[in-house]
Amino acid sequence: MAEYVIIGNGTAAVGCIEGIRSADKESSITVISAEEHHVYSRPLISYLLEGKTDTERMKYRPADFYEKNNVKLLFGRAVKCDSKKQVITLESKEKLSYDKLCLCTGSSPFVPKFEGLDKVKKKFTFMTLDDALALEKVLDKKARVLIVGAGLIGLKCAEGIAERVGSITVCDLADRVLSSILDGECAAVMQKKLEEHGISFMLGDTAVRFEKDKAVMKSGAEVGFDILVLAVGVRAETELARQAGCDVNRGIVVGTDMKTSAENIFAAGDCAEGYDSSVEANRVLAILPNAYMQGRCAGINMAGGTAVFDNAVPMNSIGFFGLHCATAGSYPEDGEVYEAHPCGGIKRLYIKDGRLRGYMLIGDVSRAGIYTALVRERTVLDEENMDKMKKIPSLAIFSSQTRGKKLGGVV
Amino acid sequence: MKRVYVNEQWCLGCHLCEYNCAFANSGLDDMVKALKGNPIFPRVHIEDDGKIHYAVSCRHCTDPLCVKSCIAGAISIEDGVVRIDRNKCVGCLTCVLVCPYGAVAPGPEGAAQKCELCLQNSCGEPACVKGCPNNAIVYEER
Repeated sequence: MAEYVIIGNGTAAVGCIEGIRSADKESSITVISAEEHHVYSRPLISYLLEGKTDTERMKYRPADFYEKNNVKLLFGRAVKCDSKKQVITLESKEKLSYDKLCLCTGSSPFVPKFEGLDKVKKKFTFMTLDDALALEKVLDKKARVLIVGAGLIGLKCAEGIAERVGSITVCDLADRVLSSILDGECAAVMQKKLEEHGISFMLGDTAVRFEKDKAVMKSGAEVGFDILVLAVGVRAETELARQAGCDVNRGIVVGTDMKTSAENIFAAGDCAEGYDSSVEANRVLAILPNAYMQGRCAGINMAGGTAVFDNAVPMNSIGFFGLHCATAGSYPEDGEVYEAHPCGGIKRLYIKDGRLRGYMLIGDVSRAGIYTALVRERTVLDEENMDKMKKIPSLAIFSSQTRGKKLGGVV
Repeated sequence: MKRVYVNEQWCLGCHLCEYNCAFANSGLDDMVKALKGNPIFPRVHIEDDGKIHYAVSCRHCTDPLCVKSCIAGAISIEDGVVRIDRNKCVGCLTCVLVCPYGAVAPGPEGAAQKCELCLQNSCGEPACVKGCPNNAIVYEER
């Protein structure tokens, strides 16, 4: 009987538990959770403020999840990891020994040291359920909100609170919204949609200094606000891994088996820097599906299995005010870009050496997964099928035999 | 377990499966009322590139990407059947982003939907199969 310990209680931890239990039904699993909540879906916090879900429905797994999987859930913060003795120490001084450890410590908001930030009373980050609940308490119909950061987190926050506040201004040093997933053409379409819903932008500009209810921007402009949301970026939580002697870059370095460089320690999720097949290098891919799949792979291997997760690619499905957006892969600058405008939206396909490398779809995202699969599976297409693929994602690009396997067999 | 399979050489591209599916999942008992003049949201669709036609619906994969990717934990496997909990789904469409078959799509209220083999609706067995005039879609163990 092994002792499994998982630090963190998010998506990667769930993947890890389910991975372990697919191979080992008996051994004990302890989850150490710094947040005193049943596992919930972090990306749903904006939907919570928007009224599209509630804390009950946000549970990422049913209420009996820990019990059913025979998991001991421990609320507390792990502060020390001794990888030689294989012992974890909690803030409460409690010690836990492990045979196999998985670090699912996630990431935390990165807040630059702004001058005067301490004078701002109503300031928030937007990452956890508690962040969202704290922000919700101060929302009012007259409040002027300034959001620093026009990335996924900042803009989902803006959408979530748009109907509940007076005005929203979003600033970002980048010259476009969602700069991590959209190119200029696509970002412009999304920005227009957000502006139609009353959100104003100050792009290529950011706050450098704060007063009690005012931000002074890099450009010299001043923005008054009642509520400040800081969504500049996130950083992988790697402190325990460093202590344990694991190789750490931007995240905890893991192989395609999710092992870190330290013996019997695995890592998964937003804290891990795993293999991204779209750029053929290790990278932190802080997206939920990746967290689950890494966690599951780690769990199977912790239980003695031989799982490999070597085809991760960046991918995002995100919508604002009903306008959907799907993106995946990489965007080489030296390839072909195919652009079309189906149903008033925009579609940009990045193609190189006979392969779809990445895509951005805004508006019509039907069957986007066929494109994602072409990116993930590195499928090479001949000219005829490339033309078909550009027009519409469909299984018609495959031979009758391949399609027969997909639609006529167990997959 | 029994799944829906497609023999594309028999498919006429008549789209009847789409109508039967939309009706079976409409919750109504009159096909005309359910479909006439209304936008329909079938969970099976015909792909047609001029030369060939075939129906595509959820494959109920043994290791489904949609289940692993759902950000809300709304997709699960029950006795081999991949199911979406509409109550939990927030309509982010990550399942559409990852399904390699293009078999998931938003339903009338924005929540994602896909074939659940008609096991929960009044049809009780896949309506697309029942109504396929050329037996191009079958429901069987393979």
